Amino acid sequence: MTPWKPTLWVAGGTLSLLALSLAAVTQAAEPERDYQKPLPPAPPGEATFQPPLERDIPDNQYGDMVRLGRDIFINTQQLRGRYVFNDQNCSNCHLDAGRLADSAPMWASFGMYPAYRGKNDRVNTMAERIQGCFTYSMNGKPPAAGSEPLVAMQTYLHWMATGAPINQAMPGRGYPDLPEPEKAYDPARGAEVYAQNCAVCHGADGAGQQVGDRQVFPPLWGDGAYNWGAGMHRVSTAAAFIKANMPLGQPNSLSNQQAWDVAAYINSHERPQDPRRRTMESLEATVETFHQHGGYYGRPFNGQTLGDHANYGQDERPATPDA
Amino acid sequence: MMRMAMRAPGLLVTLVAIGTGAAWVGPAWAADDVPRGETIAQQGNGQGAIACMSCHGAEGMGNAATGFPRLAGLPAGYLSKQLHDYREGSRQSPVMQPFAKALSEDDMRAVSAYYASLEGLDLPTAYQAADPADEAEWLAKRGDWGNVIPACNQCHGPNGQGVGEAFPPLAGQHASYLKAQLNAWRNGSRANDPNDLMKSVAERLSDEQIGLISDYYATLPERLSTASIADKKEGAQ
Ligand code: HEC
Ligand code: HEC
Ligand code: HEC
Ligand code: HEC
Repeated sequence: MTPWKPTLWVAGGTLSLLALSLAAVTQAAEPERDYQKPLPPAPPGEATFQPPLERDIPDNQYGDMVRLGRDIFINTQQLRGRYVFNDQNCSNCHLDAGRLADSAPMWASFGMYPAYRGKNDRVNTMAERIQGCFTYSMNGKPPAAGSEPLVAMQTYLHWMATGAPINQAMPGRGYPDLPEPEKAYDPARGAEVYAQNCAVCHGADGAGQQVGDRQVFPPLWGDGAYNWGAGMHRVSTAAAFIKANMPLGQPNSLSNQQAWDVAAYINSHERPQDPRRRTMESLEATVETFHQHGGYYGRPFNGQTLGDHANYGQDERPATPDA
Repeated sequence: MMRMAMRAPGLLVTLVAIGTGAAWVGPAWAADDVPRGETIAQQGNGQGAIACMSCHGAEGMGNAATGFPRLAGLPAGYLSKQLHDYREGSRQSPVMQPFAKALSEDDMRAVSAYYASLEGLDLPTAYQAADPADEAEWLAKRGDWGNVIPACNQCHGPNGQGVGEAFPPLAGQHASYLKAQLNAWRNGSRANDPNDLMKSVAERLSDEQIGLISDYYATLPERLSTASIADKKEGAQ
């Protein structure tokens, strides 16, 4: 949690307004505005870094923590209802348990934090970055810094980055930037790409598939999916992920145009509300502040305005903090 | 979600067959499919398809020695698609193709519904970390990403028990059969999978991996039930 900056709130306000916002702030204790900026592009070149093998995890308490972090990373659903409120696991978007190059691998990430982000004018830690994925990708509540799940996850990342440089970006980080398509991306064309290449696993309704209570293919939209604040809801980010990683087992098989179109198709579907909307007075204000990136949030689509609802998925906190 | 043991063919209506781009809409199941299918399985259809059970076994459990696959409890949509694929030749087998060609649309639907109605596997679904020292288990649960091979269970479900209509179970299938199918994708005699999803995997497997993984899935249900009995004994102490 970051210190509250009274100047932002008092500016132009009356005394009673100040009292009101003070009350709201102490009650909600929301983190500082998180702009969820995309990662900077990775340096060009072939990813050559090899993370250590799991059979070499040491047999001591450090190793136990690494294994716990690995298990949480693959089976994040074990935190369902506490920190996770959708059907996702970390490894859904960071493939091979966070080891795969071009799939935002953890070994390329660890040495890059703390990182300064111009937009919110502060230095962000690794713990905060992980917490960000809990808030948005997992539509959840972030475990506190120092809590066991977060320590386990950080230890797992630390182990995976064994031998990686500190504070030096490596090829293979993030999802490889995808050049803008020739034709403006189009969800209607994307629907065809989806039916032919994706629906067999993710389902025609985007809900994915389960066996028993185990999610095998993750949902891409709807209540079980990443929310309207998640990095993956940006068309550019999803296009980059999809091109390099989907269909499963056939990386880089789609054309750039297909990847953009299908990303637009997926991301023009409803999903849980952006949690930052709780602290904003209107949808328009949320769009204005956080959604200037060519996504579909707050835009009219098929006769409705996307994101114009109070459905926060299974996260049962009140829609507005002072309600 | 349905478990294999309680598959109800009446619910399985559409199967999106991909690759050609055309959606193949599965058959609408009829109420008497299961008994009609049972008759074909036991007596043949009198039109050139002999009794399926003569090879696939009285209970549909197949035959390990001859490599005849188990059909009991497989999803109806998957079975029906395979029969169509044999008929059309995208899946080649000198043994099965003549029978598939001798089956009518109604026959295919009926035998598929019948075999799907037999008891299948109901294996645990909970996450269990893979043992890095066990190469087969690692391939099944974690894959071989250095060679762009996803984990088999990412498509075939927890403990390889199958997912929906398009991804068949591997657990409990005979090792000789599994091995033959992986080789069939490699030599092109089986080319019926949606969008080459399985072919891309089979092509990257080594001969050694094929041997290991076939044995792994063939013996998995037995190993899991031994393990769960051992767990219970331990719990009782
Ligand atoms: C729905 C997809 C999704 C899920 C699920 C997900 N993430 Fe992420 N993650 C992303 C995206 C998108 C980015 C940012 C990539 C970009 O902007 O290029 C990211 C970035 C990260 C980064 C920073 C990477 C870097 O190189 O700086 C870390 C660390 C991370 N995620 C950890 C996690 C953890 C831990 C979990 C599980 C609690 C998780 N993620 C779940 C999509 C996801
Ligand atoms: C063979 C099955 C399969 C196919 C086909 C497939 N996917 Fe996936 N997809 C997966 C699996 C499995 C994951 C999770 C990866 C993991 O956990 O390792 C995934 C993850 C994703 C994610 C990450 C987001 C999230 O919320 O978890 C996106 C986006 C995605 N797929 C889009 C697509 C698109 C678009 C296509 C078609 C071009 C496609 N997929 C085709 C199986 C598939
Ligand atoms: C003479 C022995 C024989 C008879 C009789 C026979 N089969 Fe088969 N069946 C096989 C063999 C061998 C295979 C494996 C062929 C291959 O390699 O594709 C097979 C494969 C199959 C498969 C594919 C299974 C899978 O997991 O993909 C189906 C479905 C099938 N048979 C259905 C039937 C039906 C229905 C009948 C009765 C109408 C029947 N079979 C009769 C020998 C037989
Ligand atoms: C990307 C998804 C995907 C992955 C990963 C995958 N498979 Fe498959 N597999 C399929 C599909 C789809 C089919 C069914 C094809 C059809 O319609 O005939 C299949 C069928 C099979 C069959 C034939 C089963 C039968 O009854 O005839 C075998 C054997 C098989 N897979 C083994 C494996 C093994 C071993 C692995 C891991 C090394 C693996 N698969 C990984 C998608 C996948």
